[in-house]
Amino acid sequence: MNLLQRLFPNIDDWGEIGRACVDTLLMLGGSMALTVAIGLPLGVLLYLTAPNQLRPMPKLYAVTSLLVNILRSVPFIILMIVLMPVTYVLVGTKLGIRGAIPPLVIGAAPFFARLVETALREVQQGVIEASQAMGASLWQIVRHVLLPEARGGIFAGMTVTAIALVGYTAMGGAIGSGGLGDLAYRYGYLSYKSDYMLVTVVLLIVLVQLLQMIGDRIVARFGRH
Amino acid sequence: MIRFVDVHKSYRAGGRDIPALQPFSLDIADGEVFGIIGLSGAGKSTLIRLINLLERPSGGQVFVDDVEMTALAEPALRAQRRRIGMIFQHFNLLASQTVAENVAFPIRLAGERRAAVVRPRVEELLARVGLADHADKYPSQLSGGQKQRVGIARALANRPSILLCDEATSALDPQTTASVLALLAEINRELKLTIVLITHEMDVVRRVCDRVAVLDGGAIVERGSVADVFLHPQHATTKRFVNEALPEEAVGAHVPYAQVPGRLLRLSFRGDATMTPALGRVARETGIDFNILAGRIDRIKDLPYGQLTLAMQGDRVDAALAALRQAGIEIEELPR
Ligand SMILES: Nc1ncnc2c1ncn2[C@@H]1O[C@H](COP(=O)(O)OP(=O)(O)OP(=O)(O)O)[C@@H](O)[C@H]1O
Ligand SMILES: [Mg+2]
Repeated sequence: MNLLQRLFPNIDDWGEIGRACVDTLLMLGGSMALTVAIGLPLGVLLYLTAPNQLRPMPKLYAVTSLLVNILRSVPFIILMIVLMPVTYVLVGTKLGIRGAIPPLVIGAAPFFARLVETALREVQQGVIEASQAMGASLWQIVRHVLLPEARGGIFAGMTVTAIALVGYTAMGGAIGSGGLGDLAYRYGYLSYKSDYMLVTVVLLIVLVQLLQMIGDRIVARFGRH
Repeated sequence: MIRFVDVHKSYRAGGRDIPALQPFSLDIADGEVFGIIGLSGAGKSTLIRLINLLERPSGGQVFVDDVEMTALAEPALRAQRRRIGMIFQHFNLLASQTVAENVAFPIRLAGERRAAVVRPRVEELLARVGLADHADKYPSQLSGGQKQRVGIARALANRPSILLCDEATSALDPQTTASVLALLAEINRELKLTIVLITHEMDVVRRVCDRVAVLDGGAIVERGSVADVFLHPQHATTKRFVNEALPEEAVGAHVPYAQVPGRLLRLSFRGDATMTPALGRVARETGIDFNILAGRIDRIKDLPYGQLTLAMQGDRVDAALAALRQAGIEIEELPR
């Protein structure tokens, strides 16, 4: 305890750091689950409706694609501020973990959707054609051919998205969503307590490393054989 | 029975219709092995894909077992496709699934998910193609020939009446090609399956097909029994394919005929005629002399055949020719 006190003289409540960690993980878990739930179907839709694909719908594709591009081109911190009224309507608050989740998901889902679309395009045309020749319906092709064949790419996309979300949650901290970013901002930036900054940065690095490692494991296990 | 009636096909590209297949009609009988041969871009894949409607014809009708494929709505078409197996040049297996799962795939697609039904069927299919020991491997762990065998097992899974092969051996070495062709011939014999086989190698046609159509620039320029087309090619493209399948000395391309005295003839024997000593007998009886310039004896599917290019001299050549024809030998007089 003495050593900790000497190294980090300003940190008197380690429990606060622990709670911030939990908050970050909760925001990450919640927003990641929703991002996948929305981004995966959106990615499939983008893939299927693109020109020369299985269900070409030029207008729908153009609109979806534009929307995705717009959301992707707005910096997250701005997106978060712009979305505040929407967030309030959706979850009844603009602050805290709950207030952070809508902008996180709206920021990350289009990003993930593009990664899914790209992964699906890697699936060999011949394999799709073979399943059509076997009498597979569109749904069967998506469910039993496209998603399993692209799962390596999709898991890799999830890893990239989760890591991007870690960054977003930290930014969100600056405008009141809690978590490690909030800690770094309040103590580290506003109060010049650099030891807080150091600890949160180290924790964020560890978190990102962990996510990358787990992601790589999953891709190696379920990706291409 | 596969029947094309006045079918033609154009692709739309860059706002223009580009014809891929000229209007044609064609019947493929139950249980036969029908070859389609042509150069790259001739329209072979387009033609075979019209059978299971992976490609829709621009006009005309396609019938499979008296069902008009071109008139079917999507669900009925899917059901009909399950009765038509297909294999591909690049195998098109699911890389994320094991061999057994790949073979089970069409069975599952058809709605049969009970392991007690699927598993024995998969085992039976893998045994038929000689891959019983490879059930739990992934496609990337197999050789090309083994992958194509998985493709064949998968194509047979729903007990189809037709098997479509789009350049099924083009990615394989000669030995593997031979073994895959032998497997296809066995399947054709034992399961009474109709096989439509696309290739750009006459040798593939000669070894397994009963009938053949030659495609050139989107048109069927020649068709008939393989023996007829192979022994008496009419169209320039067909001749090119046939000559490619024969070693040069068998064609006699480099023999300086001008210096050989007598009449230049090409004799074709098939079936039983190949086995009789007709040439020697007729030569003795008519006193003609002959000089063999080139020749080959082989099989067309199960039919033995021989082809000899020879120069014949003597007073009674015409009588000799008549006697040879009498013995069932086909004779062509070659220009010199
Ligand atoms: N989807 C398509 N869109 C436009 N043109 C096409 C399409 N598919 C084929 N074609 C054209 O139709 C013609 C016939 O093609 P097809 O694939 O049937 O030839 P093939 O005989 O199978 O050739 P290969 O031996 O190279 O496979 C070619 O000129 C090709 O460029
Ligand atoms: Mg082709």
